[in-house]
Amino acid sequence: MPLLEVNNLRTYFHTRNGIVRAVDGISFSVDKGKTIGIVGESGSGKSVSCYSLLGLLPMPPGKIESGEAIFDKNTDLLSCGEKVLRTVRGKRIGMIFQDPMTSLNPYMRIADQIIEPLRLHMGMDKRSALEKAIHALDEVGIPEPDNRITMYPHEFSGGMRQRVMIAMALITNPEILIADEPTTALDVTIQKQILDLIKKRQKELGTAVIFITHDLAVISEICEDVNIMYAGRIVEKAGANELFANPRHAYTRSLLKSIPANQTKGEKLYTIPGLPPDTSQIIPGCAFRERNQIGDQNKCLTDSRPEFKEIEPNHWAQDCPGCLS
Amino acid sequence: MTNQITDTEAGTSLWKDAWLRMRKNKIALASIMVFTVTCFFCFVIAWFCKDPNQVNLVNKFSGPGSEHWIGTDALGRDLFSRILYGGQVSILVGLIATAVSVTIGIIYGALAGFFGGKVDAIMMRIVDTLFSIPFLMIVIVLQAVLSEWSRETSAWIVTNLNWDKGFTDRITNVLPLFFALGLLGWLTLARIVRAQVLSLKEREFVEAATSLGLSKLTVLFRHIIPNTLGPTVVYATLTVPGFIMYEATLSYLGLGVESPNSSWGILIKEGANYLETNPQLLIFPGIIFSITLFALNFLGDGLRDALDVRASKD
Amino acid sequence: MPFLEIKNIKTHFQKKRGGLFSRTVDTVKAVDGVSIAIEKGEILGLVGESGCGKSTLSRTIMQLIPPTQGEVILENENLTSLNAEQVRQRRPDFQMIFQDPYASLNPRMTVWSTLKEALTTRHGKLNHEELERAVIMLMERVGLDHKFIRKYPHEFSGGQRQRIAIARALAPEPKLIIADEPVSALDVSIQSQILNLLKDLVNDLGLTMLFISHDLSVVRYIADRIAVMYYGKIVETGEAESLMENPQHQYTKELLESVPKVLSTD
Repeated sequence: MPLLEVNNLRTYFHTRNGIVRAVDGISFSVDKGKTIGIVGESGSGKSVSCYSLLGLLPMPPGKIESGEAIFDKNTDLLSCGEKVLRTVRGKRIGMIFQDPMTSLNPYMRIADQIIEPLRLHMGMDKRSALEKAIHALDEVGIPEPDNRITMYPHEFSGGMRQRVMIAMALITNPEILIADEPTTALDVTIQKQILDLIKKRQKELGTAVIFITHDLAVISEICEDVNIMYAGRIVEKAGANELFANPRHAYTRSLLKSIPANQTKGEKLYTIPGLPPDTSQIIPGCAFRERNQIGDQNKCLTDSRPEFKEIEPNHWAQDCPGCLS
Repeated sequence: MTNQITDTEAGTSLWKDAWLRMRKNKIALASIMVFTVTCFFCFVIAWFCKDPNQVNLVNKFSGPGSEHWIGTDALGRDLFSRILYGGQVSILVGLIATAVSVTIGIIYGALAGFFGGKVDAIMMRIVDTLFSIPFLMIVIVLQAVLSEWSRETSAWIVTNLNWDKGFTDRITNVLPLFFALGLLGWLTLARIVRAQVLSLKEREFVEAATSLGLSKLTVLFRHIIPNTLGPTVVYATLTVPGFIMYEATLSYLGLGVESPNSSWGILIKEGANYLETNPQLLIFPGIIFSITLFALNFLGDGLRDALDVRASKD
Repeated sequence: MPFLEIKNIKTHFQKKRGGLFSRTVDTVKAVDGVSIAIEKGEILGLVGESGCGKSTLSRTIMQLIPPTQGEVILENENLTSLNAEQVRQRRPDFQMIFQDPYASLNPRMTVWSTLKEALTTRHGKLNHEELERAVIMLMERVGLDHKFIRKYPHEFSGGQRQRIAIARALAPEPKLIIADEPVSALDVSIQSQILNLLKDLVNDLGLTMLFISHDLSVVRYIADRIAVMYYGKIVETGEAESLMENPQHQYTKELLESVPKVLSTD
């Protein structure tokens, strides 16, 4: 039984301009200690799906239209209520966000912020919490942790702040860590350090990781299973090696093709034409049809939503004849 | 707008966006309506009412009736009329003083923020100094000084332009108060605008405007200042009731407008004298006064909520 | 004679304390002795991580920040020695595209107003018909449907906003364009569209470009030559391909190693 099993999650936003179907029926599962990746561009719904799990979306205008997220066999995160959710959030499921500058409180010392989850969830007294916090900072590679812990966020660099966030998220030894684009705002050399750090701590603590990003290269470095999202749905899901070696859906193939690193200089870059679809409109049929240049646009479904099927053992994709290779 | 381009789609400016948002705020809409109706009564209906200064000692303290809709005051003057005419002064004080403050505040704050450095430091120390002077004291002094001037101006206008003395007197009588309040009320706004300009200065679209080769002043007036208007508008809307309160306070102390003018402040003061015998003299002006202030405050809140949300759709 | 020559530019910032009576507390040497030469029609890629000074360098070249030392020479004219008014006159010749497309557009101006303003810097007052024609042409060139002409920046997607910003940069008919991380804030699929656009523009209009980015794979694709920047100095320059295949400097090697590699689909 997986540690977290999400079934048919649908999160819609009821806005002044219509209903935005940010997440439109996704299912995935996370096993203990494994790393799964959720890849998508902006508007794909990748962040919203994980925010939905922890009740971090403003409701209204957001609303969980359907679905369940069974955590640890018996708790449905989507319907358990705020009280139960609070015992899970920050304690059993930790989260790190994209922008370390805005996710740390600029008015509080690092010390106060790090010991907060310890005092709240584990009832520790201030002194032991502080000791544990200094130890945690050391584990994430912050030099001179006993000195630095009394500093404010702005006295740290971006990479350091992200390390602090990781320390904070992991300090209660959560079973799952959700990382929402944790390295997008960081330099490439720092990114490598942070990814290595996440991998290391994960191994030491046995934490499962849900890694959200738009960067396929990062996913290939760190994830075991990959979900590719587009227009609020998962279009392809497989083990990382399998997905990169054998991408089946047109969107996945187009994405891989348009990475500059994969292209030869001097030739025009392969581009996916057009823009990601407007999720406030209902899209009949295949959502990728209009931009499908790599497959056969004419064969794409036009009136019924493509079903998400297991097309090969452990390799799932939206079954649209125009998109599947 | 165009000859060759025909099928353009209309855009929604940030103001329009804010307005659409505010339309959903029922309290704000109600406030706009209340304020509009009040202004309509005070400025339009008033002309058709009785003379607020017509004394009729025989009929004093009369209750509501067909002759006088809410009755009369201690000197037999029609209360309804007095409330409307009083509203003219109070509302105008609020609006004009705010307009003066806003104009001075924006220009001063924008220049200080834009030029920065020592210029900014000096300009802001001046603001700090002015801030430390008790507001009411200065207003009183300014009032006295400007009253002299207004009396002379009034006399001049009557003799040279042949305007009606009563009318002219009423106008020049209140002008000192307007300007005294306006000349001092710009301080906070200057600070607000300056802070905004300081942060906007670093924004990339300002760098882009400079890179295009636009002159410094063009950049300031075309790019920076329009983007400071959000908080400015909210602050201005909340300043209006503030000034109305100031005027009421001053008039209550006998330092505001003088007879023959009336204002809500004066009406409240007069009414307070007869609280036990004829409470309606205090209650009616009091209610209108309060309702107007409430409306303006809610309007300000509504504006702030409508303008607060960043319209970026990333 | 190189088209653009940057001679030993140093841009240092004094950190001051105190308002009216300030004193210098510290000096930040954002750019500490950079010399680059760019040939006409060339795309030079400038790579570096945050804090290396590449943004400061771009602003110094654009004459938005005065250098503490050094010269910026464009087509044989020393821009740093000109006074403010003279610089203003020459500004149409060198334009910039910024990283954040939303922040680089005035949120209260429509596409029309933005482009009109940019056009008048070179051409002065134009009559309405000429303006219309010029605006339509600009929008077509950057791939924007002209029906959006009355819309505001917040009504567009990131990629579209960047196209508007590019159109604005092209309006004064510049000879040099400095692109400061122009695709970093965009999605991968949009990045390639914008990169193709920029490359086409350079070829079609005979522009010279300084392309700044922290993303090596993007720079390798678009640039002819690459310069690597580290802590305010240039540590290595070379032809794009050969620098990537055979980096010489330790930092360049470290940069290349840190880039996560996607398993190729071949």
